Amino acid sequence: MLDAPNSGKKLVEVQGLKMHFPIYAGLFKTRVGEVKAVDGVSFHIYERETLGLVGESGCGKSTCGRAILRLYEPTDGSIRIDGEEIAKAGPDRLRQMRPTMQMVFQDPQASLNPRMTVAGIIGEPLDEHAKLSKREKLERIYELMDAVGLNRNFANRYPHEFSGGQRQRIGIARALALNPKFIVCDEPIAALDVSIQAQVVNLLEDLQEQFGLTYLFISHDLSMVRHIADRVAVMYLGQIAELAPRDPLYETPLHPYTQALLSAVPEPDPREETRRTRILLKGDVPSPSNPPRGCNFCTRCPQVMDICSREEPEFREVQPGRYVACHLYNETTTTAGQTAASEAQSA
Amino acid sequence: MFIFTLRRLLTAIPTLLLISLVIFLLLELAPGDPMANQPLTIPPDVREKMREALGLGEPVHVRYWKWLVQFVWVEPLYLFDSAFGTSFAEGEQRIVSWQFRSPVFDTIWQRMPQTLWVVGMAYVVGVLIALPIGIISAYRQYSWFDQVGTFISMIGFSVPTFFTGVLLIVIFSVELGWFPSIYDTTLVVNSWDTFVQQVRQMAMPVFVLALFNAAQISRFMRASMLDNLNQDYVRTARAKGMRERTVVLVHVLRNSLIPVVTVIALGVPQVFGGAIITEQVFKVNGLGQLLITAIYANDLPMVQTLSVIFAVLIVLFNLIADILYGLLDPRIRYD
Repeated sequence: MLDAPNSGKKLVEVQGLKMHFPIYAGLFKTRVGEVKAVDGVSFHIYERETLGLVGESGCGKSTCGRAILRLYEPTDGSIRIDGEEIAKAGPDRLRQMRPTMQMVFQDPQASLNPRMTVAGIIGEPLDEHAKLSKREKLERIYELMDAVGLNRNFANRYPHEFSGGQRQRIGIARALALNPKFIVCDEPIAALDVSIQAQVVNLLEDLQEQFGLTYLFISHDLSMVRHIADRVAVMYLGQIAELAPRDPLYETPLHPYTQALLSAVPEPDPREETRRTRILLKGDVPSPSNPPRGCNFCTRCPQVMDICSREEPEFREVQPGRYVACHLYNETTTTAGQTAASEAQSA
Repeated sequence: MFIFTLRRLLTAIPTLLLISLVIFLLLELAPGDPMANQPLTIPPDVREKMREALGLGEPVHVRYWKWLVQFVWVEPLYLFDSAFGTSFAEGEQRIVSWQFRSPVFDTIWQRMPQTLWVVGMAYVVGVLIALPIGIISAYRQYSWFDQVGTFISMIGFSVPTFFTGVLLIVIFSVELGWFPSIYDTTLVVNSWDTFVQQVRQMAMPVFVLALFNAAQISRFMRASMLDNLNQDYVRTARAKGMRERTVVLVHVLRNSLIPVVTVIALGVPQVFGGAIITEQVFKVNGLGQLLITAIYANDLPMVQTLSVIFAVLIVLFNLIADILYGLLDPRIRYD
């Protein structure tokens, strides 16, 4: 995973994605504002790569993942998956593109229809998008169940009869049914207990190897992202604060928010743990319906400057492959430009 | 499931016995004299003999026991005899109505078709219009369709049937003369003309009752759909790339129907119970009207028998609703 070959082909390109939810209030339910859940996010994901998307609860990670797959109607921005623009695709075109892009959902219980059997859940996309005979379909369902490590005898059972980990395997098999290229994993392990988390993450890695998948791995579990991701994007209040290859990001985080976030990860070694210094952020996350002026981290940033509350920092490449949105790095703009080639080395 | 059904049927027996006893005692306590309709010129001693002839001379527990034996043993035997031509029940005393001097069950049997046609049809029509209204209202929540649907449901809910019934009679029978205001039970449907006549006389009572039923069921349907529309598995279905129609009609509707089907099942006994007021307004001589006239006439065996039959139906359809729930929702297993 560490040295995953970077084919250089960008499978997913997101430009200035915005997802605003309107707020209606008052007697006549007029529109009084909007929750800026995702506010101008740009990144790309290379083929066969895993991009980790981390951030605290409510920062817009899941919304971002859903908007990329057009499970929400994005307010603005462009999303290209495998060369196709999907942000503006019509419903029929979108439906035809669904096989390319799939999602593994956070809650494995709620995201499976309680009245369908496992075979029904996994097989339904095949009915819609593939022309298979009954036998071929069953064969494919068994194949998928084997791939995710589910016993074939469970095909006629209902989701509630399974444990959390098994349900998530059903969800993964369902996502794999149409041979997708790109899978958004929306906190796939958050609802599972720790022993099962590792199993599911390893399964996801094996499947990536086997089927050449590209993941957007959304999580708030920093150590798990460190394990699985090739590059990591850190989100704060609807925007990406920092995006960098995994190792440099974890070793030398640039953005003050990333530094604070990483300092919260506990250390397994107790001697190290006592020496660890935590950066404690003061105050609460501002409301996404009313983000602060300038940099949206300026209200809590330990290294805040005058310019931060006036101007919004640009999301720029400060070192090859390392992007950060922070005024602290304004002067180091020289290396921008020679990107993709050197990025492969640092990854 | 079979064991569950059997257990529920067995526990229903004491429940129904208790209900029948309570009804019997309530009627016993009720003021009113079965002899009240007889001419005042009947001498007191003759009057006393007549009371004894009706069985009123016996103590309460004896009368209850006699009624119970007739209800659970003699009447089913008669039914069996008439179905298979046997003669097990010969010589046994049936439950006799005090006002008609004929067996209660014969009268009920005569009244049943009117009730089933009018009230039953109203229920079917109500369900058939309620389901699509509920589905569309939920899918397009707060749209014009939903607002209008909500408004009409509120009217259906809150305006009593004796008002809508009379209103319809005034408009469509008195002013416009489109429909007859009185239901003609003697009409025999044997030609196209009589069929049209039957439809015309059913139209208004069916409409009144269907509005009332549809108002309730469409609200249930809407609420249940709204519950499910925002569920995660619906998003999963969309992510699979299913057609919107499949998402709504297969994933959402099938899950939403579970509570609605049980509500519909629980409403069926009311159909057999007849719509007392509506039948009265349109002069449909069905079971509801039978019950009301029996109460007026102090016809205790009739009131007792009808009430207990309604109780049996309610208990039975509760059980059916539970079984349906188990069949529809794989998460519920009764064993």
